[in-house]
Amino acid sequence: MQEIYRKYLWHNCYNDASGYNIQFSLFTMLEHYPPVPLINDNEFEPQTVTLNINKKQIRLEVLPWVSLLDGLREYANLTGTKKGCDHGQCGACTVICDGKRIISCLTLAVMKDGSDITTIEGIAEGNELHPLQKAFIEHDAFQCGYCTPGQICSAIGMMQEGKAKTRADVKELMSGNLCRCGANTNIIDAIMEVKNQADHE
Amino acid sequence: MNNFSYTKAQNIEDAVNKVSTKSDAKFVAGGTNLIDLMKYNLTKASTLVDVNHVEGHHAIEELPDGGLRLGALGTNADTAYHPLIEQRYPLLSRAILAGASAQIRNMATNGGNLLQRTRCYYFYDANTPCNKREPGSGCSAILGYNRIMAILGTSDSCIAVFPSDMCVALAALDAVVNISGPDGGRSLPFADFHRLPGDTPHLDNNLQHGEIITSIDIPEKGFANNYSYLKLRDRNSYAFALVSVATGLELEAGIIKEARIALGGVSHKPWRVTEAEEFLKDKPASPLSFAQAADIILRGAVPYEYNSFKIELAKKAIVRNCMMALKPETQLPGAQPSA
Repeated sequence: MQEIYRKYLWHNCYNDASGYNIQFSLFTMLEHYPPVPLINDNEFEPQTVTLNINKKQIRLEVLPWVSLLDGLREYANLTGTKKGCDHGQCGACTVICDGKRIISCLTLAVMKDGSDITTIEGIAEGNELHPLQKAFIEHDAFQCGYCTPGQICSAIGMMQEGKAKTRADVKELMSGNLCRCGANTNIIDAIMEVKNQADHE
Repeated sequence: MNNFSYTKAQNIEDAVNKVSTKSDAKFVAGGTNLIDLMKYNLTKASTLVDVNHVEGHHAIEELPDGGLRLGALGTNADTAYHPLIEQRYPLLSRAILAGASAQIRNMATNGGNLLQRTRCYYFYDANTPCNKREPGSGCSAILGYNRIMAILGTSDSCIAVFPSDMCVALAALDAVVNISGPDGGRSLPFADFHRLPGDTPHLDNNLQHGEIITSIDIPEKGFANNYSYLKLRDRNSYAFALVSVATGLELEAGIIKEARIALGGVSHKPWRVTEAEEFLKDKPASPLSFAQAADIILRGAVPYEYNSFKIELAKKAIVRNCMMALKPETQLPGAQPSA
């Protein structure tokens, strides 16, 4: 069985022109992760999907029912984006797709062919953390940290939308991201600090 | 989720052709409800036909009669924040922004919003009988835990509610749904689009297989001066309504010239009672008038074991929301109760 999974995964990931290599990590991932679904017959062919993830072109071959979230985590090996409920109720899987924050669990990888995606892995500038990452640390805006990548991507999306004027607006427009540790007040504090700085500038 | 094939539609004709020729093919646009239901194995499809790349159905256009045409493929967020909607149909904007989360509103489309399925617990629990999920199997909600269920327009087969906020405003605004299908195009007044459960609760609306919503027209009258959307729920945001109310008023020196009141969270479709709106004509815009109208609207409401509170809640919500419509600027984010 292991051999089949291995072959399948090797088959379904490619190097892109810029030399970004995701093959090795996928290969090693086999030891630790549940295998991705096998192609069980010839009826359903994998489709080639090109995603511009964190400014790198990545080509994946995925079956139609692979969610964007699973595409990112299991195929592109970008596990910063978290799977919480997998049903659009928690916001942990929030990524920025073509400039808009979306939940990656309720869309399919094949539907996002050609899209620009930013995940939590893509927001720092080299070793310089994104202002929201710094503010989250500063304000102790997490306990377990599971919701944090989604919270931060969602907050980036919210600021780009430019609709939140007040703290009440921020709370309302961040309600799609749940924090079960109850760090919500600190999360809003962190976002408000960055938002106020940005508004000031 | 069952295995399925995926294809992109080039245009509306192509989409209709691809779905109508296969009994278990479905359109997918935003996917926020369909993919969720497929993950639970509550909906199955042999093929998903992606209509997102069909051109000409994303924009909001002005109609010659002064109304607007909302492209079915525009997202809920783009619609709610569109300058023409904010200025001329703020009720619609408020209602959309009261629904789901910012992320989901960035994905969900206008057409798809109309096609949401109920969030009845039993519909979602495949281990229980549900006439909507499996016709003839029975309704678990009628004698079950029915706190969130309907009080108006119910039947012995189903007491599920329709979950949309956007549609409550569209009902109040007398929207028209434009549809394309294998036999050509047709338009349905909003009131005729969704169905009451009757003995066919598996049918949420009057769309036939292979038919697709192409746009939604809203007439000129937007009630931009006196409007309000109130949504009451178990948490302040990101929850479905127990009761919601959309109100649009046209006033002249404190006297009501025209009133529109639609309820959400209480029925299988957005609930409007013409008699109550007629009653309000030429009455003073006062809590007493609105309370009398509320009594007319809730006439015939049938409570179940755990949701009788909804009748009183709906009446109070109507009065509160109509009073809020007199001062729309006091509204809070998320359609919460305000002054």
